[in-house]
Amino acid sequence: MFGDSITFPHLLIFFPLIAGLITFFLRKEGTAKAWTLAASILTLAVSIASLCYANNAAYSGLTFSYEWMKYLGSSFAVSLDGVGRILTFLTSISFPLIFIATYKTSYKSPNAFYGLMLLSQCGLMGVFLATDTLLFYFFWELALIPVYFLCSRWGGEKRIQATFKFFVYTFLGSLLMLVGIIYVYLQTAPTQFSHHSFSMSAFYNVFAAGSGATGQNWLFWLFFVAFAIKMPIFPFHTWQPDAYEQSPTAVTMVLSGIMVKMGLFAVIRWLLPVFPLAAVKYQHIVVLLSVTGIIYASLIAIRQDDLKRLVAYSSIAHIGLMCAAIFSLNQTGIQGVMLQMFNHGINIIGLWIVLELVEKQLGIRKISELSGIANKAPMLTIALVIIAFANIALPLTNAFIGEFLMFSGLFNYSVWFAAIAGISIILAAVYTLSMIQKVFYGESNTATAVIKDISLNEGIALGVIVVLIFVIGLHPQPFFDMAKESVGVLTERVK
Amino acid sequence: MNAIILTAVWGIVMMFGGAFIQSKSTPKYLAIAGLVVILLANCYELQGGISFFAIDVKDALHFNSFNLTFINVVLIATLFYFLLSGRDFEKVGAHVSEYFALIFFILCGVCIAATFNTLLMLFLGIEIMSIPAYILTGSDKRNLKSNEAALKYFLMGAFSTGIMLMGIAFIYGGNTDVASFNITNINLGYGPVMPKMIAVGLVFILIAMSFKVSAAPFHFWTPDVYDGAPTVFTSFMATIVKAGGFIAFIRLFENAFGKIQPQWQSLIVIITAATLLIGNLTAVFQQSVKRMLAYSSIAQAGFMLLALFALNQPAKDGLILYTGAYSIATIGLFAILIKMKDYTIDGFNGLAKQQPVLAITATVFLLSLTGVPLTAGFMGKFYMLLAAAQNGGSSWLIIFAVLCAAVSAYYYFKIIQAMFFKESNADADNSMLDVTPAFKILLVITAVIIIVLGLFPGLVIDWLYY
Repeated sequence: MFGDSITFPHLLIFFPLIAGLITFFLRKEGTAKAWTLAASILTLAVSIASLCYANNAAYSGLTFSYEWMKYLGSSFAVSLDGVGRILTFLTSISFPLIFIATYKTSYKSPNAFYGLMLLSQCGLMGVFLATDTLLFYFFWELALIPVYFLCSRWGGEKRIQATFKFFVYTFLGSLLMLVGIIYVYLQTAPTQFSHHSFSMSAFYNVFAAGSGATGQNWLFWLFFVAFAIKMPIFPFHTWQPDAYEQSPTAVTMVLSGIMVKMGLFAVIRWLLPVFPLAAVKYQHIVVLLSVTGIIYASLIAIRQDDLKRLVAYSSIAHIGLMCAAIFSLNQTGIQGVMLQMFNHGINIIGLWIVLELVEKQLGIRKISELSGIANKAPMLTIALVIIAFANIALPLTNAFIGEFLMFSGLFNYSVWFAAIAGISIILAAVYTLSMIQKVFYGESNTATAVIKDISLNEGIALGVIVVLIFVIGLHPQPFFDMAKESVGVLTERVK
Repeated sequence: MNAIILTAVWGIVMMFGGAFIQSKSTPKYLAIAGLVVILLANCYELQGGISFFAIDVKDALHFNSFNLTFINVVLIATLFYFLLSGRDFEKVGAHVSEYFALIFFILCGVCIAATFNTLLMLFLGIEIMSIPAYILTGSDKRNLKSNEAALKYFLMGAFSTGIMLMGIAFIYGGNTDVASFNITNINLGYGPVMPKMIAVGLVFILIAMSFKVSAAPFHFWTPDVYDGAPTVFTSFMATIVKAGGFIAFIRLFENAFGKIQPQWQSLIVIITAATLLIGNLTAVFQQSVKRMLAYSSIAQAGFMLLALFALNQPAKDGLILYTGAYSIATIGLFAILIKMKDYTIDGFNGLAKQQPVLAITATVFLLSLTGVPLTAGFMGKFYMLLAAAQNGGSSWLIIFAVLCAAVSAYYYFKIIQAMFFKESNADADNSMLDVTPAFKILLVITAVIIIVLGLFPGLVIDWLYY
């Protein structure tokens, strides 16, 4: 039965969905938390099990397709492959980490909070697994709705405007993508039951060499705008710092750790293969925008006084680098991005855990008001320093491998862009180290004197992240194997 | 034929029943029973193709699966309307069964407008649809706004009907070969160049139909009329009457003028763009939810006009789906609105804490109107966009429509924000009139249907291919 009607993608999508719906009925806080944690760990187990089949591409338990709207040519088709594997693993490992790290935090209406978190996990899984374009669009929007409610209900003071801006901006991008999808759909080849088809392979074939399809250029931009808003890429990034700052930190972890990867993933899975010629044609513009964003965001990060906004801007810089590396359109760059997506997810979640700790205990987010935390919380500082080094991409950490490959790829494309982007490493070091020095080292002041060191639950979460940082930093090969086939396919198409 | 005759008959039954029924709440049950019978009769006719009444209509009416499916959708929407808002009829005035009778007559007019085959029947259907609506608008006799709205609606409606008749006369007279009212015969009478009389007639009919569906720039009556009418009747007018107008619009222009579409398509493009722009932009600034829903109905009409722009298979499939989805969502929203004392957006503050079921179902309705996936409203918008894209040309119109849909998210989400994220006002007895458990269950069923249709639009559309 397993492998035919119940497959890994099924479990990965429906576990969080059903668990989330049940959570709404668990009124007691303790029960809701325990149930949510158990459900997310179970999803993680499923994901790890699916990784065992990474080399067996023909295993039937990895793909599933169900007739949904036959006459339109859309089916409920999900599949676990290459890039999707890395990102579903990221999703399934992030949520338990988030739940463990925030276990002690009390949210009002906990049943709704945890239910919505699990529903957003379901939406995210769906985005990474869908191989039917309409289904992909469904999950793309659906991942947004629980996050909207989470940020608006449990966020900071200015949450309503910030989240609303975030929602309308992203919604607009998605609608433009819908128009693009429809136009590409109308040029797909007929199937047995319908005149056109939404399946991934049909979409890949539309602009393949020798077909007569038109409009590749402006359709590329329609799609790219939607993904650029999600990632975000300069100049579509204005929603991000406010949204990250105003959300409750657990939700910010989801947003920055996983949701931004939706944009990068969509570029790799849907944008480049469907519009190869346009990708080559507009390569320069996109890399220019990305690199501009990197420098711009890094410079602003240096000037930030608020911890959350600093990490938000640093995230824009990192994602900009990844986007530039994808559009360098060579194997090294894209392989680097595959790995870095996972790394950045883990690292940034680690950073947010530390920040959440500081904010929860001291109630202060301003760098100028904090100092000397290391005196009272040495373990916390050690964890933070390691994660911060990973953020800067020091050798021995996971991010070093990813960034090295990305820069190599970018260098192969253009020396100048690589050089300018390379400045960002220095800038990242500036803002990260200066933040650490001001906040953690030096003399404790009255505000920071009351801080306690990490407790068990945070220790577990941070410990796992630190271990992963070093393990992947020293032995990244498994990830490369996972992604190998997709990268190969992608570069072939672009050629 | 079943639906037409049975709705008219039941309207008369309700009218006379009013003389014998003493209590105010019984007419509702009589109406629901009648509606169920009519619905079953229509399904029977859709399935088998035979009607109970063997009347020779001499080709004046035409019954096929498209028309009958549309009538089905309208009847189901009206059923939901009766179930959700039936009790609110009693608050309008004393003549409850007359109100139901008028609604049945409107349904009869909608059925004729859905199945007409000659221009005279079109006129008949539109008039039968509109005149009871004028009366219903003014039924709150002591309210000055209601009187004003009724007069405004009547005068402007009469004007537009006059224009439509003039247009019909021109089309009849302008046909040099075959002088006929039959819409399938009209486009046979001339060559590649349209005679001037036909062109004038076409424009006049276009104007009149645009008035009926409140398309810009003929929409100016809509906000005042919808705002002045008793809310329970606004709910019906904004959905069913508009749907009737649309079905007449698309059937007329597809059958009679479909072959010369490139000649009048530019007019439709301008009207659609203006409707989308004006509807969405003015809705943003509204403080009263009732008025905002009036403008939002104009905006939704703009999307439905894309079906007229396209005139292909997805357009017709989509129009039926869109009509159904939009009707049910709006009827549900109005049903909740009627229960509130305060019609402004601030009146919705904190609803999620006081009445969570109402808040969640209202959210589903609002998401459907916005066009978020998993709801029927998204499928409707998707079909409209698909139809317009398939037609080719004017791709800027599609992007414009999508931009307007994003704008619509702004005002629909203002209500969601008020419900969930704002605290309710200090005065404790805030807003709720009688909310029974049955009402809540019905709302949940409605919301579930919207989600199910959002996942499986085939449930409605497959009937077209029956």
